[in-house]
Amino acid sequence: MNNPLLRGLTQSRYSRRDALRVAGFSAAGLALAACGVQGQKAAAPSPSAVADFWSTQKKNGRVVFANWPEYMPEDQEPLKQFQQATGISYEYKEVIQENAEFFGKSEPQLRAGQPLGYDIIVMTNGLQLGKMIQLGYLTALDHKQLPNFAANAGASYKNPAYDANNTYTIPYQAGVTGIAYNTKYVDEDITSIQSLFDKKYEGKVGMMADAQEVGNFGMFAVGVDPDKSTHADWEKAAAKLKEQRDQGIVRKYYAQDYIDAVAKGDVWLSQAWSGDVFQRQLAGEPVKFVVPQEGGTIWIDNMAIPKGAANPVDALMLMDFLYKPEIAAELTAYIQYVTPVNGVQQILAGKSDDDSKALAESALIFPTEADYAKLRPYRTLTNAEEPVYNGLFQTITQG
Amino acid sequence: MRRWTPYWLALPAWLWLAIFLVVPIAAMASVSLTTGNLIDGFTQTFSVSNYTDAIAKYSTQLVRSLVYGGVATVIMLVLGYPVAYWIAFKAGHRKSMFLFLLLLPFFVSFVLRTISWGFLLADDGILFGTLKGWGVLPQDFHVLATTVAVIGGLVYNFLPFMILPIYVALERVDPRVIEASYDLYASRLSTFRRVVLPLSLPGVFAGVLMTFVPATADPINAQVLGGTSNTMIGNIVQTEYLVNNDYPTASAISFTLMAVLLIGIFIYARALGTENVLEAAAR
Repeated sequence: MNNPLLRGLTQSRYSRRDALRVAGFSAAGLALAACGVQGQKAAAPSPSAVADFWSTQKKNGRVVFANWPEYMPEDQEPLKQFQQATGISYEYKEVIQENAEFFGKSEPQLRAGQPLGYDIIVMTNGLQLGKMIQLGYLTALDHKQLPNFAANAGASYKNPAYDANNTYTIPYQAGVTGIAYNTKYVDEDITSIQSLFDKKYEGKVGMMADAQEVGNFGMFAVGVDPDKSTHADWEKAAAKLKEQRDQGIVRKYYAQDYIDAVAKGDVWLSQAWSGDVFQRQLAGEPVKFVVPQEGGTIWIDNMAIPKGAANPVDALMLMDFLYKPEIAAELTAYIQYVTPVNGVQQILAGKSDDDSKALAESALIFPTEADYAKLRPYRTLTNAEEPVYNGLFQTITQG
Repeated sequence: MRRWTPYWLALPAWLWLAIFLVVPIAAMASVSLTTGNLIDGFTQTFSVSNYTDAIAKYSTQLVRSLVYGGVATVIMLVLGYPVAYWIAFKAGHRKSMFLFLLLLPFFVSFVLRTISWGFLLADDGILFGTLKGWGVLPQDFHVLATTVAVIGGLVYNFLPFMILPIYVALERVDPRVIEASYDLYASRLSTFRRVVLPLSLPGVFAGVLMTFVPATADPINAQVLGGTSNTMIGNIVQTEYLVNNDYPTASAISFTLMAVLLIGIFIYARALGTENVLEAAAR
């Protein structure tokens, strides 16, 4: 199923997104009507308030899980096992296509104090998740009910900078942003981020449209760790990226369709997410992925319980259930991104089929210690920094 | 009582317009005059700086959108008029089949049609790959990620909206009027110029409206088919609204675009002689 046309026909991901976008626009317009909008900035709840909240909640026997497309095996086996083990019936909805779009359409509802209708949502660490936390739109988790998470979560996935002590979120899957290239057209081994800025690939380089993704790579190119960057560093990175653009090296800033372009040869090398590339490799396409020596970024998709969720206890149980290594292994076998759960590699290595063995041996799925050392998290931007940062990099991607 | 009936029957439509058109526009106007950010809230300041800042920052994309929309509209008119003429006067009993063929693409979603264009025009795809293989085109030739691709996509996606109104106007031209013109020794050309064309102007006017406005505001073609310097104003609104959550700026740009389009349409209507056009349309 690598024909983009067929995939579009069968998945209709854009039309649904457009419909939601329109709905979001009009709803937000009404919600914002007249006389400004109150700020919703919320302080973190006290531990006793969190305990009080959870002491009043009961298991309801149902849970609604909102997730991204292709982020759960098609037979939904892990969820079926959850239902068998707990007696909780589930509804699984692939309604999240993009963080910004999902946040944009949920925000007016959450602001108005209406439930979203989902008990678990999945969002990438980044601006929108940060806003969800700051605006008090997420329910603080009860870690007493997350024993599997405590026991099995990888060390790099606990207590992340964007959510201290996993107060509101626990990881679902993680992924790496690096460089993908088509070996039919590129006859060298790409190792450095400078290849993306190389004049000999003029018009054949793809970059991402997202301000954080493109900004991070600009910073790696000028020798700055994005996580520790300052305003001056951003300007240097922006100047480098602008030069890359003005020299005609970049063909296009991609939202998410870059991997088709690499596979078709429209671009020869591009900023890319690890899981996309691995799926193409299994399909036998001449695509390679590399974490550049200067560094790549690691991002984490997180599970959270939105404010007003009807079944928070059931949601916690499901979130914890996904931290059982054998369940996590089933997810990894299908999703092929990086799992935050320890023990999955051993389980896959012990399976008899070749695909599982290939997964267990892949550095894309199980980054080595050396890889992890090269991977930097996104920088968490403050509210004052965000417009400055976006302004700098969006003028490049949307010139 | 009976003379009120038309008003009662029209009431739902008026309510619909009031709730889903007037209220959102009023809300948007209000939002466009606020300052602040999502976290701390937006306050109504009635400051017009949102407008001046947005226009200063995004004038390139605004002008580019109007140019793309304008060029696409002219191409559609040149391509569409003969098609409409042909269907109206020459297609005979197969008229309805051709009209159906014209509308057939609309059974597929707009975005999907645009993506399939991307597929067709891929550098080494079925079209260019073949031509390059034959040596007809140089190896580095490409159309995707250029202005040509974006305008081409706009033309492709909106062309039927140009053809249909023109067809409707031509269809209503009384053949006896054309006969009369020939009887008065008019040549074929002057019959077209002095009889058919003026009678079809209402259709042209409607066609231009129905294509220029959506083509100018369209974000999809630029996103799917465009390159690094093809961002249109619709993409900017999307980014400001959904990514930056800068509702005031997004609203201000939307209003600016709306105002520019309305002024443009007004000038166009005046130039074409609105009264004639509307009168002709009303007949």
